Amino acid sequence: MEQKHSILIVDDELSVRKSLEHWFLEDGFEVETAEDGDEALEKMNDQLFDIYLVDIKMPGMDGITLQKKITEIHEDALVIIITAYASVDTAVEALKHGAFDYVTKPIDPDDMSNLVRNALKQKDLTEENIRLKEQISEMSPVDKIVGESAEMQRVFEMIDQVADADSTVLIRGESGTGKELIAKAIHTKSHRKYYPIVAVNCGSIPETLLESELFGHEKGAFTGAQYRRKGKLELADHGTLFLDEIGDISSKMQVDLLRVLESKTFTRLGGNEEIHSDFRLICATNKNLEQSVEEGEFRKDLYYRINVFSIFVPPLRERRSDIIPLATYFVRKYAQSMAKPERELTDGAKELLLQHHWPGNVRELENAIERAMVVGKEDVISSDDLPLQLKDNGEEPRNLSLEAMEKEHIKKVLKEMDGNVTQSAKVLGIDRVTLYNKIKKYGIER
Amino acid sequence: MGVRIHFAYINGYRPDWAEALPEKLSDCLPYPMEHLTVQFDLKLFYTRERNQYHSTLILAQLLKHLPREDDKILGITSVDLYLPVLTFVFGESQLAGNGAVISTHRLRNEFYGLPPDNELLLERTVKEAVHELGHAFGLVHCSNYSCVMNSSTYVENIDLKSSRFCKACQAEMGVECPE
Repeated sequence: MEQKHSILIVDDELSVRKSLEHWFLEDGFEVETAEDGDEALEKMNDQLFDIYLVDIKMPGMDGITLQKKITEIHEDALVIIITAYASVDTAVEALKHGAFDYVTKPIDPDDMSNLVRNALKQKDLTEENIRLKEQISEMSPVDKIVGESAEMQRVFEMIDQVADADSTVLIRGESGTGKELIAKAIHTKSHRKYYPIVAVNCGSIPETLLESELFGHEKGAFTGAQYRRKGKLELADHGTLFLDEIGDISSKMQVDLLRVLESKTFTRLGGNEEIHSDFRLICATNKNLEQSVEEGEFRKDLYYRINVFSIFVPPLRERRSDIIPLATYFVRKYAQSMAKPERELTDGAKELLLQHHWPGNVRELENAIERAMVVGKEDVISSDDLPLQLKDNGEEPRNLSLEAMEKEHIKKVLKEMDGNVTQSAKVLGIDRVTLYNKIKKYGIER
Repeated sequence: MGVRIHFAYINGYRPDWAEALPEKLSDCLPYPMEHLTVQFDLKLFYTRERNQYHSTLILAQLLKHLPREDDKILGITSVDLYLPVLTFVFGESQLAGNGAVISTHRLRNEFYGLPPDNELLLERTVKEAVHELGHAFGLVHCSNYSCVMNSSTYVENIDLKSSRFCKACQAEMGVECPE
């Protein structure tokens, strides 16, 4: 049996109360009536109602005051104001204060029927919206950040601390440490969570494209701009803008970005219209920004603007206690996505994972486990299932600097992949642009 | 003794189709039906400003003519009815009570500027009568569009629905309307 909807009718005229009570009883409602605001509020002590039908003109507390009091007690209350023609202006005032709608006396039965049907539809949608929002919250990506180490626990604390503060956050850490996941976690825990988080990888987009990507463009702004296009800054309105690899943007882009961050207004390329966008900024970099500032590569004023709250994500090698829990998490993740049974890591595999230096951090570990899940045939993951470069790890000279070790490792992987950058980047757990940069930096020949 | 339904034509209003009405209703309301003559001063319930008659007061007056406690009385009038807060009503009944009143005023084609159609008027009156008596037997509005208990706020609504209870309302009433 369907659950009855409830309605509270508040009117000082007995005949009106009786008529409406009769009408709604026939409609299958659970009906309560009150002759004034005080009685209505008293009835609300016992129960909240799906709909409140309130006369605007009553002795003592008027309908508008009662409406305000009702919404103080019942935030999502659906209040319908009943008014005489003479007080329509006041009814409009009630709408401004959040009343669902108003009806004028005498009420056309058809209007009343439609109004109540719409109000109940609105109630259903509101409730559905709340349920969906709860479901979204349950799907929070912060769950995917695995970290039992004290270092990662500190990171989680910082996420909680800054999430609702709305301040700009700078996430620092080596490539592959999961900076984007941290940004998503901050967004999901903030009041902006129901709006989008818009991510831009500044390092992977050429400067000219980045400008149009961020600011958008008008039709005909440049060759090929056939349509007006909104930029990421505009798309992030009410939400979060995540600028990854912020340390890689050009001097001109640094100036443009600084201007936007100061005013939160900008114009599309080829346009004159000033656009305002209310976004929260989260940046990430694997660069030493202080050094870049000293060397004049990064503007000091922009550095101060983005470095309001800084979170450092430690590299995997500095939190070795997270390696096995992370590996186990990835085994479970890929077992699910590949519809395979979960596999145990052998002691040999665990030892190998713990010994490895992990220059590509968590991303490299994830790729290693994904590969092992693909190639492994047993019901366990052994050291043989792990990528070859891990097994050679023990033979690597231990007295190399970090950079020299990274260079050697990249050379080795490139060789194994016959110089294929895409494949090598995948094995290393970094993106292609980062690998190209590193190849250039170390002068590696392919 | 079981329930009996009394048709009370108010103040001598007696349309041509009055005799045909009980039989049309008996499909879904299998109770003995009788005609009743009721006389009272309708002017007492007239509102000059609205040029309409207060249905609740008429119903209260009608109930004074109820022959037996267990029975139902259906008042039929041609005057325009209203409830104080509504612009008009086709009829009114006591929910799970003894009485109901219906008006043919807005069921007539002439009200909408159309030529008279007695057959259509009877059909609409049957639906309104079953609907209001359904309330008197305790039924509330039904969301099934073809059910006679579906709420009708304009005359086209009445034309769209059937004169029968849907299966769920039949079960609630404890009756079976033959196909």
